Amino acid sequence: MALLDTAPAAAPERAPPRSIPDRTGGRLAGLLRSWEALLLLLFAAVFAANSLASPYFLDIWNLSDATFNFTEKAIVALALAFVILSGEIDISVAGIIALASTAMGAAAAAGQPALAVAGVGLLVGLGCGAFNGVLVTVLALPSIVATIGTMSLFRGLAYAALGDGAYTQYPEGFGYFGQGYVWEWLSFEFTVFLALAALATLVLHFTTFGRQVRAIGHSPEAARFSGVPVRRIRFTLFLLTGLAAGLASVMLTSRLGSTRPSIATGWELDIVTMVVLGGVAITGGFGTIPGVVLAAFVMGLVTFGLGLLNVPGIIMSIVVGAMLIAVIALPVIAARLARRWKRRSA
Amino acid sequence: MSEIRTLLKARETLLGAAIALLLLAIAARAPAFVAPANLAAVFTDTSILIVLAIGQAAVILTRSIDLSVAANLALSGMAVAMLNAAHPELPVIVLVVAAMGIGLALGAFNGLLVWRLGLPSIVVTLGTLTIYRGLAFVLSGGAWVNSFQLSPAFLALPRTVILGLPVLAWTAIVAVVLALLFFRYAAPGRAIYAVGGNPTAAVYAGLDPGRTMFLAFSLSGTLAGLCGYLWVSRFAVAYVDVASGFELDVIAACVIGGISIAGGIGSVAGAVMGALFLGIIKNALPLVGISPFWQMAISGAVIVAAVALNVRAERRPGRVILRRVDRRATLEA
Repeated sequence: MALLDTAPAAAPERAPPRSIPDRTGGRLAGLLRSWEALLLLLFAAVFAANSLASPYFLDIWNLSDATFNFTEKAIVALALAFVILSGEIDISVAGIIALASTAMGAAAAAGQPALAVAGVGLLVGLGCGAFNGVLVTVLALPSIVATIGTMSLFRGLAYAALGDGAYTQYPEGFGYFGQGYVWEWLSFEFTVFLALAALATLVLHFTTFGRQVRAIGHSPEAARFSGVPVRRIRFTLFLLTGLAAGLASVMLTSRLGSTRPSIATGWELDIVTMVVLGGVAITGGFGTIPGVVLAAFVMGLVTFGLGLLNVPGIIMSIVVGAMLIAVIALPVIAARLARRWKRRSA
Repeated sequence: MSEIRTLLKARETLLGAAIALLLLAIAARAPAFVAPANLAAVFTDTSILIVLAIGQAAVILTRSIDLSVAANLALSGMAVAMLNAAHPELPVIVLVVAAMGIGLALGAFNGLLVWRLGLPSIVVTLGTLTIYRGLAFVLSGGAWVNSFQLSPAFLALPRTVILGLPVLAWTAIVAVVLALLFFRYAAPGRAIYAVGGNPTAAVYAGLDPGRTMFLAFSLSGTLAGLCGYLWVSRFAVAYVDVASGFELDVIAACVIGGISIAGGIGSVAGAVMGALFLGIIKNALPLVGISPFWQMAISGAVIVAAVALNVRAERRPGRVILRRVDRRATLEA
């Protein structure tokens, strides 16, 4: 990745701190200044703009519908956040979704019942994740090229199996995973997403495992010196991301009711954008799950709102691309301006 | 003697042998494939990939990556196609220069973000990938520019045969020769290796890593712009999804050619051979009776295999940080 080694010219401006506090600053003040607070503000703004722009927006069923277009991506983003936090990346997630969907189509065509079909999807996701994990940990390949390779490999296998055909027959009951409702307007997809978001928050922020993941992202060597099983944890993270992609594939396939090899094309971009927009540093180490969840909501609302206004999909992708660059560029620019301002006032 | 040994160990020699083996295997099934005329046609078909791989090689050598090349190609191709449709009287050379200029601007935008703001190139180009392709849509309103709207001169240039090869192939040959000279003898070319190999040492040597990256992105963008014209002219149509996903083929060509994603290691010759390897596979699949739908899976597998081989070759003896306790106990006993 394109990180410059620190050049000698850019010497640290402050001497290293004498004391190393467990927590920095006041908790409330820190919270208000945080990335998450900014996202929350953005979320409120987008929400308000949407309700002003379209009279149909503030309807509970409409809002419930709005969740469908981002929950599947957000589920993968939760897992990918861990991978990126550990300093790696997985670009093959959309390829996994396509391959898992194809396998489910084949299983359905073979007359398997709904649960078995979903099981096949999850297993294929797990298998793909394990394959990525082996490449990155056992063979020690850089994850960016390895997963660019497996991205074409997984989707390529889907193309090889299906060609220009499609699976459109799914068993009775399979539709529930993508179209079912748990209670009134609360969809199955959204419920699963909320549960997984809570679980991911718990794991990342309140367990040793979560701390180890971030330690690896900051410095794999230092983590290894501290007794963290770096390779095993990285492998687990790729495995989980594969599983999450498998789950997303079950939901997407169920929602669409059909499989083509081009399913979920370009999703890797949206998913990576979600994670980065959520404040996770692409170089690893920094980031929170609530940030990723908020980013998922913001992106979901932006695309849904633009959809209500009849903006074509490709224009939305410009917005997503610009958002991605803006969120990483703005903090850099802001920091630079602040430094210049401070120097002038000093 | 030692020179022969280093030649034998060079990645390029291995890759050349792999290409020869591939051709032999194909010849066994379809002898017509290795006829000189057909090989020339395969080379011509791979020309665009070769030119793009040269630009990508420069970027990867500086420890960056440019995912936006195919989108850049689509946007600059669309722009010149529309320009040609609106003003057929403009000479073709103006359009070629315009395509390269647009490509340069788009590449320089990536480069500026990486240089001035220090943003990671993978995120920047992931973003500009969608922005550039989206702009192609905005520019064209989603409409196609078809061959009857393009002027005969616009369409004829890449097809014009000089000394038995079309201009398209000659463009690739000239680009390869210039790149070989640039990376070997020009100061900026050497700076690309220096910055990728060790940025800190490069700074001590008086080089600016950021500016060198900017240069690499500008080069990649300019070549993508040139390929935008070549692509649209060759296929006689411009639409938003032109060359969609082609950036992966370009990166694959570099990776197969032995260019290390960690920067500083690799050569133009390698990138060109990597592109040829992919081009041969793509053209041979239908001939040997394999469904073209397998192409994506095969190139994915080839990428993974090539990366694995490269990493093996580059691996430095790592250090074991935590030895297994029981083994140490037996050693001490």
